[in-house]
Amino acid sequence: MTSTFPAIQLENVVREFHVGTHVVRALDSISLTIEHGEMVAIIGPSGSGKSTLMNTLGCLDQPTSGSFVLNGQDVSGLSDNQLAETRSRQLGFVFQSYNLLPRETALSNVELPLKYSGGYSGKDRRSAAKTALDRVGLSERYDHRPMQMSGGEQQRVGIARALVKNPELILADEPTGNLDTKSSAEVIEMLRSLNEEDGKTIVVVTHDTEVAEAMNRIIAFRDGRIVEDRSVDQPTPTSASVDSSKQ
Amino acid sequence: MNAALLISTALASVSANKLRASLTLLGIVIGVSSVIAMMAVGRGAQVSVTSRISDLGTDLITVSPGAEALRFAFFGGGGNSDVLSLADALALKDDVFAPDVRLVAPENSFSGSAIVGSENTFVNGVGVTAEYLEARNLSMEYGRNISNIDVENTSLVAVLGSEISETLFGQQNPVGATMKISEREFTIVGVMESQEGTIFNPDNSVLIPITTAHYRINNGKGLFDSIAVSSINVLARSENTVDDARLDISTVLRLRHELAADDEDDFLITTQQDTIETLEGTQGTFVILLGSIAGISLLVGGIGVMNIMLVSVTERTREIGIRRAVGAKRRDILFQFVTEAILMTFAGGILGVVTGWAIAYFGNGATVDGDIIETVIETHIAVIALGVSVAVGLFFGIYPAVRAASLNPIEALRHE
Repeated sequence: MTSTFPAIQLENVVREFHVGTHVVRALDSISLTIEHGEMVAIIGPSGSGKSTLMNTLGCLDQPTSGSFVLNGQDVSGLSDNQLAETRSRQLGFVFQSYNLLPRETALSNVELPLKYSGGYSGKDRRSAAKTALDRVGLSERYDHRPMQMSGGEQQRVGIARALVKNPELILADEPTGNLDTKSSAEVIEMLRSLNEEDGKTIVVVTHDTEVAEAMNRIIAFRDGRIVEDRSVDQPTPTSASVDSSKQ
Repeated sequence: MNAALLISTALASVSANKLRASLTLLGIVIGVSSVIAMMAVGRGAQVSVTSRISDLGTDLITVSPGAEALRFAFFGGGGNSDVLSLADALALKDDVFAPDVRLVAPENSFSGSAIVGSENTFVNGVGVTAEYLEARNLSMEYGRNISNIDVENTSLVAVLGSEISETLFGQQNPVGATMKISEREFTIVGVMESQEGTIFNPDNSVLIPITTAHYRINNGKGLFDSIAVSSINVLARSENTVDDARLDISTVLRLRHELAADDEDDFLITTQQDTIETLEGTQGTFVILLGSIAGISLLVGGIGVMNIMLVSVTERTREIGIRRAVGAKRRDILFQFVTEAILMTFAGGILGVVTGWAIAYFGNGATVDGDIIETVIETHIAVIALGVSVAVGLFFGIYPAVRAASLNPIEALRHE
């Protein structure tokens, strides 16, 4: 997994939307580098472009111009199929509203990404999904459906689903937006531990300053531009060098 | 996604809404089962008509007066010139001019009431010669056939069909008894065996000598040779020489009627093969008609599938977004929805084949308005119907599936 490339490298990324006759610049020439093992919060008011950035990082959307290199691979020119493959191989998503399939069990929800990536037998899928659920502390919940779980548990299923293919990068879009304080703290703790213990690169979009302050770096957006980019000193020292040596 | 995974995913989605799936399926079941049942009834009718005609013997040729064109002329102006006479019939017996003709049996017809004491029944009267019975593949139950001596003597003798006999005389053997037709008193000399179920059922017929019919019932005049006949039944030497016999008949009659080379025939020759072909053609149209009606219900079922799939795509927009986000390609989504549609129509097809088969099986021999329905179940129809139902799923599933696959994942994820 060691790579000489940064996890994320954006250069002069522009994303424009046509709204009627207007052209809205959601991302206005963004250049940004995120290294492996970083844990970044992206903050900003609604309409600042952070969601568009998230969609671009998540390979769900393509920049209008500029380049996006994900782990050494230029993603900006890829076809729809190649993007799907990149999502499948490199990324894990965590959503604000969990986005679990309501009729499926926790185990089956976590298996879903494996179903779209070939090479896994049913047995492999189940054992990988169980490992991921164990990692987020839901060993007792394999056969529960989303409706039978608390919000915090559902979000942890969401995190397990993001983890199951062991991706380098985890993107979380307002992961605590629907959660109470206690569950939020648990989810943040979970993300921190994935960063510190498993060396995952984590990017979190959030409104919540407490969540943002729990990350190692905060990038603030306004009107499609980066207005602030600072690192945060955490009380327990975490060092990228330790993480990268683990890798 | 591999095929097994695709099918298990589709199965899970379809069974998540069982009522909806079964109602959708029902449309296909009705369509497929009606195709199977209708085709079975249609083919049954076709087969039974063909076998009834074949019972008559395929070496039978019928000659009737009048040019083909005139028969169907709107104002029916065929006129009396197109007449076949007894002399025409006798000429067909000529071994030199008509070597491939084995037997000639002219007939004419009359109708009237047969009266025995207080019993009274309407009859189809046929004036015949001795050869009629053999030509029509009939046989006697009691007594004797009309003989050619009866014909020469214009005798007042009659042979009864079995149903007439039963109506007038009950279970008694009527041979030797008398009955009245048109004020003439006939002696009954024989009764024909029942031929129930054949296409020219003689059970309601009364046979009398052709001369008696002409002179004593129809009050005809003229010499024996000039007696008009309504048709001439001809048997060819064998089934293989039917076409030769047909040519013989044409040659003899054209000569006798003094037709010029460019004149049309003033008579019509029909072989059993012609009749079978005509009837099979008619029946074929009937089968196609039945099949089309059933096919339309299958089409309606297919539209039902499409409707449900479109609703399903809208309802499951978010699910589609989730699947896309975790790595599903467009074609994964496309295949998933098409598989769901095919799964429904295939299941409907199987149930439909079973239902249609059961209808045809238990409907065989049922009576509707006095007619016995015969059904012939053909395996290839079942296979085709099943194939068509899968094709219906594919055809009507593909548009909703394309819609699902072309959803923008970002918007799909945002969908409430």
